[in-house]
Amino acid sequence: MSASDASRVRMHARRKRTNAVALTLSMGAMAFGLFWLLWILYETARQGLGGLTLATFTEMTPAPMVDGGGLANAIFGSAVMVGLATLIGTPIGMLAGVYLSEYGRKSWLGACVRFINDILLSAPSIVIGLFVYSLMVPRMHGFSGIAGAVALALLVIPVVIRTTENMLNLVPNALREAAYALGTPKWKTVLTITLKSARAGVMTGILLAVARVSGETAPLLFTALSNQFWNADLTKPMASLPKVIFDFAMGPYENLHKLAWAGVFIITMGVLALNILARVLFKNKH
Amino acid sequence: MAAILPTAPLDTAEPQAQPQTPPPARRRVAPWADTMFAGLARGAALLTLAMMIGIIISLIIGAAPAIKQYGLGFFVSKDWDPVQDKYGGLVMVYGTLATSFIALLIAVPVSFGIALFLTELSPSWLKRPLGIAIELLAAVPSIVYGMWGLLIFGPILGTYVQQPLQRLVGDTPFLSTLFSGPPVGLGILCAGIILAIMIIPFIASVMRDVFEVTPPMLKESAYGLGSTTWEVVSKVVLPYTKTGVIGGIMLGLGRALGETMAVTFVIGNASQLSSYSLFEAANSITSALANEFAEAGEGLHQAALIYLGLVLFFITFVVLACSKLLLMRLQKSEGSRA
Repeated sequence: MSASDASRVRMHARRKRTNAVALTLSMGAMAFGLFWLLWILYETARQGLGGLTLATFTEMTPAPMVDGGGLANAIFGSAVMVGLATLIGTPIGMLAGVYLSEYGRKSWLGACVRFINDILLSAPSIVIGLFVYSLMVPRMHGFSGIAGAVALALLVIPVVIRTTENMLNLVPNALREAAYALGTPKWKTVLTITLKSARAGVMTGILLAVARVSGETAPLLFTALSNQFWNADLTKPMASLPKVIFDFAMGPYENLHKLAWAGVFIITMGVLALNILARVLFKNKH
Repeated sequence: MAAILPTAPLDTAEPQAQPQTPPPARRRVAPWADTMFAGLARGAALLTLAMMIGIIISLIIGAAPAIKQYGLGFFVSKDWDPVQDKYGGLVMVYGTLATSFIALLIAVPVSFGIALFLTELSPSWLKRPLGIAIELLAAVPSIVYGMWGLLIFGPILGTYVQQPLQRLVGDTPFLSTLFSGPPVGLGILCAGIILAIMIIPFIASVMRDVFEVTPPMLKESAYGLGSTTWEVVSKVVLPYTKTGVIGGIMLGLGRALGETMAVTFVIGNASQLSSYSLFEAANSITSALANEFAEAGEGLHQAALIYLGLVLFFITFVVLACSKLLLMRLQKSEGSRA
């Protein structure tokens, strides 16, 4: 074997070794990512299932040092605020999405809105809380459920805009042209042809938006605040599941920790179920 | 679009032999509906812009007293003392930057590995479930990360990492400062690690998407010349997609800077920074807001907090705008090549 052959063999071995190391590390990275997901889900289930009883859903949040109690008012508050936020945010988001896809696809305003919306999508949610605080709280003389709902709605809008636009862009132009050829006015085409054929995708976006805001805590901290009691009055402070978990977990009381874990379990399962549902829905259609 | 609307008169070029009765007048149902719908859609789009402008203006107005009082000196002062009504934001800015930096240090290589695995190594039937699993990491609410970090991960980090490290380095001058602090695990490092887990899915999914736009022809040519998988990725795919990869990293950074709840749980919430230890309790911009804002009275305290919020918004805006521009550039060059 000549010297150059030997060096070629060595080089080949080195390249194969580098490759093997890199690919092993890549598998390690994948395992690393999955490891955290599984660990978090495992702990959530282990700690949460223990604290979950019927009382969790029927009794009010307890005061510190008091035994028992549940999360009924917090679950109710979360449901009301998330529901209201979805009701406010979805139509606005869908309309803006329609604008981007059907009216301003190439326009300057369209490009501008698309850019700003992508930034809002990842903007710190606590800043949205600050904004709604300065907009509503001093004027309404205090924290209120409606302010919380508005803050959440502002987080729903960018998600819905983004998915609505993407989904409408997937609708083939031939469908629109066919509708116009039959004399359908544009608004009717959008509502009954394009939006309808992108239905599954738009629904996916709404579900993802709901999933996102139901776990949000930061924008509620100084808009809805919290409430130890059952409250259906939107002009008063309102409890929410994430905020109650935050308060309970930061305190030193064992009973409250247990309730917080139960709350974490409920939220995690709810949010993951919504996410998986959204993906299944979207996959079936496409 | 208007040209193909049926309102345009039909131009019949052929001469008509017989005079025709004029066609019946087109029945227009609600001619205002089109204008109104277009107006509504445009209004909703404008609302997004209004929201962005509103956020900036309201933050500037809210922060005005603190800006007037401290100006830019706010960022070099370490005093944060609500009792004496003296405020400086250096500790919080340091906390935000340090935790995000640690998060990137961990998340970037891991996300690269995950994207590499998903695009080049994974058998195709595993791609989708694994991709979804990683995306679910992003779906887990941050409050869950926070609680898990505070009650499960923090103590483990303290017992199995911090204490052995402290014993190991003993009194070595530099390292002992780095690992000093109460052995509970909470602090800047813990927040950084949890932030890393939270931003991995964002960076990894952008990287995966941009890796997939690399033309198969390029990759196959490299494979045809005998390159190994690693050589194809590092010498062909990565150079081709580098703007997108950087865009993805910036997106992750933007997320990390603005993350609130998870950080608030584990950073320790101390407005005074006594050392540069990785295990020192500190404060980030977001955790200071989360802890103090609801209780802060009107006046300088609140204004100082909003000032911090303004700075945070400004930094994330710049970072996210860069990310978006980089990703757009990749898309554009992709379009011209296709």
